[in-house]
Amino acid sequence: MTTAPAEAGWRFRQPSVIPGFGVTLGFSLTYLTLIILIPLSGLVWHTAALGWADFWAIATDRRTIKALQVSFGTAFVAAAVNVVFGTLVAWVLVRYRFPGRRILDAMVDLPFALPTAVAGIALTSLYAPKGWVGSLLAPLGIKVAYTPLGIVIALIFVGLPFVVRTVQPIIEEIDREVEEAAATLGANRFQTISRVLLPGLTPAIVTGFALAFARGVGEYGSVIFIAGNLPYVSEIAPLLIVIRLEEFHYAAATGIATIMLAISFLMLLVINLIQSWSRKRYG
Amino acid sequence: MEVRVANVRKEFDRFPALHDVSLDIKSGELIALLGPSGSGKTTLLRLIAGLEKPTRGKIYFGDEDASQRTIQERNVGFVFQHYALFRHMTVADNIGFGLKVRPGATRPPKAEIRRRASELLDLVQLSGLEKRYPTQLSGGQRQRVALARAMAIEPRVLLLDEPFGALDAQVRRELRRWLREIHDATGHTTIFVTHDQEEALELADRVVVMSQGRIEQIGTADEVYDTPNSPFVYGFIGESSSLPVKVEDGQIWVADRPIGLATPDAPNGKATLYFRPHDIELLDGCNGCIAGTVAASRRVAGTRRVELEIGGGRQLVEIELPIEHPAAQKSRIAFRPRRWKVFPAQDS
Ligand SMILES: Nc1ncnc2c1ncn2[C@@H]1O[C@H](COP(=O)(O)OP(=O)(O)OP(=O)(O)O)[C@@H](O)[C@H]1O
Ligand SMILES: [Mg+2]
Repeated sequence: MTTAPAEAGWRFRQPSVIPGFGVTLGFSLTYLTLIILIPLSGLVWHTAALGWADFWAIATDRRTIKALQVSFGTAFVAAAVNVVFGTLVAWVLVRYRFPGRRILDAMVDLPFALPTAVAGIALTSLYAPKGWVGSLLAPLGIKVAYTPLGIVIALIFVGLPFVVRTVQPIIEEIDREVEEAAATLGANRFQTISRVLLPGLTPAIVTGFALAFARGVGEYGSVIFIAGNLPYVSEIAPLLIVIRLEEFHYAAATGIATIMLAISFLMLLVINLIQSWSRKRYG
Repeated sequence: MEVRVANVRKEFDRFPALHDVSLDIKSGELIALLGPSGSGKTTLLRLIAGLEKPTRGKIYFGDEDASQRTIQERNVGFVFQHYALFRHMTVADNIGFGLKVRPGATRPPKAEIRRRASELLDLVQLSGLEKRYPTQLSGGQRQRVALARAMAIEPRVLLLDEPFGALDAQVRRELRRWLREIHDATGHTTIFVTHDQEEALELADRVVVMSQGRIEQIGTADEVYDTPNSPFVYGFIGESSSLPVKVEDGQIWVADRPIGLATPDAPNGKATLYFRPHDIELLDGCNGCIAGTVAASRRVAGTRRVELEIGGGRQLVEIELPIEHPAAQKSRIAFRPRRWKVFPAQDS
């Protein structure tokens, strides 16, 4: 960490003296190529069959644009909500001992394990105008099921474990003494959390956000039940892809998929760059 | 600021970490808490800082009962053993933290905080490292940043928990001298924890020797070294030799012979004699002395350590002789401690 950051440019990071760099790098590249790169390039290849004009027509189609907006918008909102409450849940799980803590801890993983369709059906029956929660909200004029709000709720459900499980180990690692140091220096609880603890958690929170967001963009099973799937309103991009496939309009389907891929990749790349920038600073 | 610890007891889940500890610290004093691992040094320091609550007893800052105050209000500077620096802040931000979190009315302006930080960095001899992050510093440098951070709030008391514990011997000695200088320059009432007796004796105005949650002795380096008041202090500070003896009518007996040491005030019965291995006189004839045969002889730096078997080989005591002293080669040596103390044998 003592080398001047000024000379850091695009070059291989110096591998450590412990052997294994060549082997592991080779293996990882092969693996990633097989599992991720080949299928994805197949996608782009198919899209290329469209030709530029057709591709542009699909990309600028109002229904496509709307569907993409719904997908990315709801995923973003859901991930943002999860960041707040997921961090809170992780904090409570690590810091407090209360009866039922282990059960709560195990429950966090349920959205991972549950088939998403089951989750979708359960949420729909809860939030439908006649459902438990939906019937309470209906008099207030709040409609959840069959609106983008319903999609957000489904995505919050599936995204929660990503935030909790990335932030939790970092909270566990927080050094008690750092908090005590802040207190002896005169910081109140709020200042300790906002100035000392949260900045330390930020990288983990950002990672959790990225994972929850990515999951939300690609989510299908739990969303289609609660979304109502009205074109231009609550139709998500993955559903539009399926619709195009069912119409045997393969090129259009892969076209939309490619756009999703490009946007997702860009966002994850930006998040990763932010991460490595902050890691370079704090080590 | 004077600090008074009055009859403090601290239990952790029924386990008593401190029994009835009392301690008066004068304003501007530099005090060392010295004791073996687990003797309650850190616990006492944390109680003074307000990081723990006493089970019983009170702590006063001046005339004021500190238990009425929160940690934040106590205004103590605490330096943790593992520094506990804020990783995501630069050195300057770490040092300025205590000033930045003050409520609006008493918070100095930004420029003033920056000026204070660089002033303190000069004091701890780290000028120019304002922009570094803690991970970019060596252990000794981090320690000094931690000290500067604690001093930035103009604390009433400065508390340091094994400030040099994680550093190598060379750096420790340097920082020790430097801490003394800083203390003399700033005049903060300072309490530091250590289990290195050399550090405590060299650095502190007074040393508090602790063992098993109790204070064994409080005194200057001379006092605790020259007149230890308990077998524990005798054994813990400096080198010591001990020998089981018997007290009869004010005379000390080893086995069946008096050794020519009088202790008029000690009660009759079994006792233990303590003395420093180097603080002895060798005798030619044994008319009231401790005599034994040489069992082992070791060269230790500038002297020779000789282990003697006393009274038929059951008791071993160690004494120190000059290298070239002829007695070191003799198989039988007679000596008498110059300075010594007897403590009644503990029934255990
Ligand atoms: N939070 C705690 N919970 C339970 N027991 C504790 C706690 N803190 C300290 N103790 C116990 O209190 C006793 C004194 O501990 P303390 O940390 O004060 O020792 P110390 O003198 O600082 O030792 P060291 O030199 O190893 O740091 C120990 O037996 C320890 O196990
Ligand atoms: Mg300790």
